[in-house]
Amino acid sequence: MSRFPLYIFLLIPLSAAITLILLQGRAVAQRWVSVSSAALLSATGFLLIETVRASGPVILDAGGWAAPVGIRLQADMLSAMMVTITGIVGFCGALHAIAEVPANEERRGFHAFYQFLLFGVCGAFLTNDIFNLYVWFEVMLLSSFVLIALGGKKAQTEGAVKYVVLNIVASLIFLLGAGMIYATFGTLNFTDIGERIARGEGSQVGTRLSAVFLLLAFSAKAGVFPLYAWLPSSYHTPGHTISAVFAGLLTKVGIYALIRTFTTAFQSEQDFIFPLLLWVSLFTMVTGVLGAASQFHTRRILSFHIISQIGYMTLGLALGTEGALMATIFYVIHHILVKTNLFFAAAAIDRTGGGEDLNHTGGLYRSAPWLAGLFLVSALSLGGIPPLSGFWAKLALIKETLGMGAWIAAGIALAVGLLTLFSMTKIWSEAFWKDRPEDTAPARALHWGHVVPMIILATATLILTFYPTYLLELSQIAARQLFIPARL
Amino acid sequence: METLIILLAGFLFACGFFLILRRNITQVLIGVLFLSQAANLAILAVSGLGTGISAIVQNGAASPPSGHADPLPQALILTAIVIGFGVFSFAVVLLKKAFRDLGTDDTDHLNKADF
Repeated sequence: MSRFPLYIFLLIPLSAAITLILLQGRAVAQRWVSVSSAALLSATGFLLIETVRASGPVILDAGGWAAPVGIRLQADMLSAMMVTITGIVGFCGALHAIAEVPANEERRGFHAFYQFLLFGVCGAFLTNDIFNLYVWFEVMLLSSFVLIALGGKKAQTEGAVKYVVLNIVASLIFLLGAGMIYATFGTLNFTDIGERIARGEGSQVGTRLSAVFLLLAFSAKAGVFPLYAWLPSSYHTPGHTISAVFAGLLTKVGIYALIRTFTTAFQSEQDFIFPLLLWVSLFTMVTGVLGAASQFHTRRILSFHIISQIGYMTLGLALGTEGALMATIFYVIHHILVKTNLFFAAAAIDRTGGGEDLNHTGGLYRSAPWLAGLFLVSALSLGGIPPLSGFWAKLALIKETLGMGAWIAAGIALAVGLLTLFSMTKIWSEAFWKDRPEDTAPARALHWGHVVPMIILATATLILTFYPTYLLELSQIAARQLFIPARL
Repeated sequence: METLIILLAGFLFACGFFLILRRNITQVLIGVLFLSQAANLAILAVSGLGTGISAIVQNGAASPPSGHADPLPQALILTAIVIGFGVFSFAVVLLKKAFRDLGTDDTDHLNKADF
């Protein structure tokens, strides 16, 4: 166990948020504080990854109280990777916000809430305590409620109502699960729960009920079939920056919570939960991709694709082997980069192509060939075309599926990949290839803040494409750490 | 006593789920409130109500009196109540705004953004 000041990941976004509140009204200063906070977060994240790689998981007992009495912050490789990717996406989102977020939203505290969101996400990735996780989820949710409703367009308010109500219900189920865990095991620490189950403590009914509550709650947060209805009806409504950051990060917090719960704590319930989760994943993949096929609006297509990709991630978890878990972790990181970038591309298409309705856009291949290139990198990677990063992710996952003889799952995963490509070609041919229709709204100029984050994320995707070994190695370490029963 | 509380929580859950499935957004809001109270009660009940002896260490004693109530579920519930308040007040404002902007309190009419 090595020493690393883990609270730094909470301190950076929190102090940035407080500074931003104090800087209210000075938009330029606010933007750069927000950008530098996120940049610092990602840089420190890489330091944490290297520390964990060199000397194993890092722990920090809050207030000096030893676990399981005190709340423990713990960073194994998975947490370290997730915190780092939060920093990277946060950085790109903060840059994008410079270009995209209108002055009235900045005046209403956009940047401060953005940092509170990162604060909540980082906290959720680092805590090793189930109730503390609930609190971090709420920090993240409350900021996301504000951010999704900020701006106050009609569609936004409507999307926000659905987002808020369904997320509150999911949170209450989570709370109930946390209470049930305490009643059953007398502890809230993930590692301790795992140890107590291994020692045969806790009633069978209590264990199973807690596991089912948590499965329900985190599935709803991750957007898993059939609990995803809130996602496609709200993610296309807020400003582009918020859509992109939510699409990249928030559902993946749900995935992270699922992984954490069913490896570190409820390993014993895998035999019961995973066959269920396997079928649910297949339905998630298929319904998501079919939903996307029926849409003709860039961000709605992309929102449905989040769901279908979530299916791949839960599939990897449900297979329950170390290799599949490694593939899932690789998939999560790849997906966050690609999906955020696709939403950034949707913002650029909206601006220069005349809107988000694909019927009324076109001609972008001629007017903005570089945008076409950036879109293509992410779109083909999402579809899993070799040699892009999505190919490595799908290859690892499907190899594992075939290795276990799950032919149906492998077939569905491949077919869904093809259908993903179909939707991406739809955006490509309508927005880029087709001639510009007469009735298109006039193109608005792009700010550098639209372009730079896209280049950063596309570069990251290309690095994973030609040099996947680094991420594969990290994912392997993360999966191995989750698989050996941890000790308190 | 536990049984009573559990029955009460179950009743609140039933009312809450009934209300959030209604078409009127005010009723949805009250349903959410019922659900959050029900969850708190359920936590209290499953963790055991105890005997009414508080967990405070008396003067001169080394440990809290035997048979004391577990303070941790109470701390959890208090935290959950505070968070619930925050979330709920946000939801009230949001639904008020939705009513004013969209001109309807019928959830069946909240489908403009979907098509």
